[in-house]
Amino acid sequence: MGYRLDFGWIPQYWPVLVSGIGVTIYLIAAGAAAGCLLGMVCAWTRALGPAWARPVVVAYVEMIRNTPFMVQLFFIFFGLPSLGLQMTELQAATLAMIVNLGAYSCEIIRAGIEATPRGQFEAGASLAMSRFQTFRYVVLVPALQRIWPALSSQIVIVMLGSAVVSQIAAEDLSYAANFIQSRNFRAFETYIVSTLIYLLLAILLRQVLAWVGRALFPKRRSAR
Amino acid sequence: MSLIRITEVRKRFGDNEVLKGITLDVEPGEVVAIIGKSGSGKSTLLRCINGLEAIDEGSIMVAGAQLLPGEAALKALRLKIGMIFQAFNLFPHLTAGRNVMLAQMVVKKTPEPEAEAMARRMLDRVGLAHKFDAHPDELSGGQQQRVAIARALAMEPMGLLCDEITSALDPELVNEVLAVVRELAADGMTLMMVTHEMRFARDVCSRVVFMHEGRVHEIGLPDMVFAKPSTPELKQFLGML
Amino acid sequence: MIEFTFWDILRNLLLAARWTVLLSLVSFAGGGIVGLIVMFMRISPNKAVAIIAKGYIELFQGTPLLMQLFLAFFGIALLGFTVPAWLAAGLALILWTAAFLAEIWRGCVEAIAKGQWEASASLGMGRLQQMRYVILPQAMRIAVPPTVGFSVQVVKGTALTSIIGFVELTKAGTAVTNATFQPFLVYGLVALIYFALCWPLSKSSQILERKLNVAHKNH
Repeated sequence: MGYRLDFGWIPQYWPVLVSGIGVTIYLIAAGAAAGCLLGMVCAWTRALGPAWARPVVVAYVEMIRNTPFMVQLFFIFFGLPSLGLQMTELQAATLAMIVNLGAYSCEIIRAGIEATPRGQFEAGASLAMSRFQTFRYVVLVPALQRIWPALSSQIVIVMLGSAVVSQIAAEDLSYAANFIQSRNFRAFETYIVSTLIYLLLAILLRQVLAWVGRALFPKRRSAR
Repeated sequence: MSLIRITEVRKRFGDNEVLKGITLDVEPGEVVAIIGKSGSGKSTLLRCINGLEAIDEGSIMVAGAQLLPGEAALKALRLKIGMIFQAFNLFPHLTAGRNVMLAQMVVKKTPEPEAEAMARRMLDRVGLAHKFDAHPDELSGGQQQRVAIARALAMEPMGLLCDEITSALDPELVNEVLAVVRELAADGMTLMMVTHEMRFARDVCSRVVFMHEGRVHEIGLPDMVFAKPSTPELKQFLGML
Repeated sequence: MIEFTFWDILRNLLLAARWTVLLSLVSFAGGGIVGLIVMFMRISPNKAVAIIAKGYIELFQGTPLLMQLFLAFFGIALLGFTVPAWLAAGLALILWTAAFLAEIWRGCVEAIAKGQWEASASLGMGRLQQMRYVILPQAMRIAVPPTVGFSVQVVKGTALTSIIGFVELTKAGTAVTNATFQPFLVYGLVALIYFALCWPLSKSSQILERKLNVAHKNH
């Protein structure tokens, strides 16, 4: 084969990569934190909330889960300004991440809530707790513990999916890769390097989430 | 005045009428055992009194207040009457002590130090002061049930509903739970308990209710009910036929 | 400038959606075949083979599909010929789909009780016979709902191929937006078309799973 791989460009463009990595980490951190919070609120609404609000949540969740993230991103970044909602690239990307993860985490957390033994709700009720208090203090933590592995996988998937935010020129890692390959004309090597960085980020993120899980739920305890 | 006054209560699940007009008064300090075959409606009756099931007809009064649907009324009711479950239903993510403290703090807004002091007293009362920091999965079934009793007691209810509280326990663990209940009875706590422990019912209870097919079939003093059952159904249930 | 009516827009998008459907079908079928091979490698008693399959799965599940598309696009180009977008798109999607299907199916095979392996072994069956007559028939039943569910991810995944220039629904959406300056309407329609493609798949996956659960409980 006549082609020789060349990675000599790495030191020169390292700062660009690092800045892209920073944005990707920011996106997943913000997306995961706010997205899971949104998902929790939606899951509560869907499982235990007022009847009128449930169809709204179902529509939101189904719409997001059955359309590509990139189309959601384009809709937010290109479509919403016509409603007067102007956003920077990074704001649009962050919002898309939150909205996307919110829907997935809603479904996951709801499954955790619905797996709660009925006796837990009844014990809360018999102690005169309100429905919300029972959810907040009795149901939520064991439910989150139950679904933490599934939620972690989903967060990793969303992190990997975030690569498309470069398509609206949010300056994440994939944007950095596009930028570099347009200067060094070493597209294949550039994407190999950025792909490996993504792989590393995914492994690291999994570790962090496992660590967060251990911190949040000190010992593995299952509701009986 | 009766603590619990049940009048003509009916409850249906679909086409199946589980309670067919129950009338029963429980005085303060009474210990009432409810016995009967499974499916006779005895657990459903307790669950109705605690508002876990809504009744279709009739009325339930607790300490002079009518049981009405709606969260505020249910809360008021449940502050007066606690409930112990067959499956313990401890909160798995909280220690024994925290299980006892939780409702005091979120429902009664008791400050944490007082809630903790109360929790320690109640755990001591059921003989588990040393298990304050243990998680439910580190406790035996009997210990878990005693924590559940402490948890209900910490809300200072006027009465307790006990729904087959020893049925899920291994035989050797039954007595430690019954001993706690016996002490509660001696202290004058009003108790309504669905139970299969006939000996206990006979020794401790002030009245025994035999339920059959959704009705109060026989009711009376333990000696009467156990020694001279007047209906063939009760005789059969007691194994006397 | 040419005026686009609503129907012009919709017609253009629907025509492009045919390519989304075709690419989805090709990726799913191809991914299924490759995925089956990877799955067999993954559960192979030969450690080396199993580790290679595991590495393959981790690699494709641990990196963005977008990067895989770029690597396919520029990687084939290195071999010395110009790459049509459909080829890179199809290749990357097949390999990506294969990794996920292999992992899903492995889970299904491993969900079959150990007793089934032991019972069939005790009857003198070889490994292939065990697979063919005992394990796979049972595993396939439980594999249907998650497999159908994953097909939704494949359809959504095809949207990324617009980035390397394959003209499917999303790419058409961008083109039509540029011509009409109505991004809200156009991307809204694009989303609805994707929804129309994906939602029946999601729903049938759910229904199949519920049926399977019921059937299992009655056993």
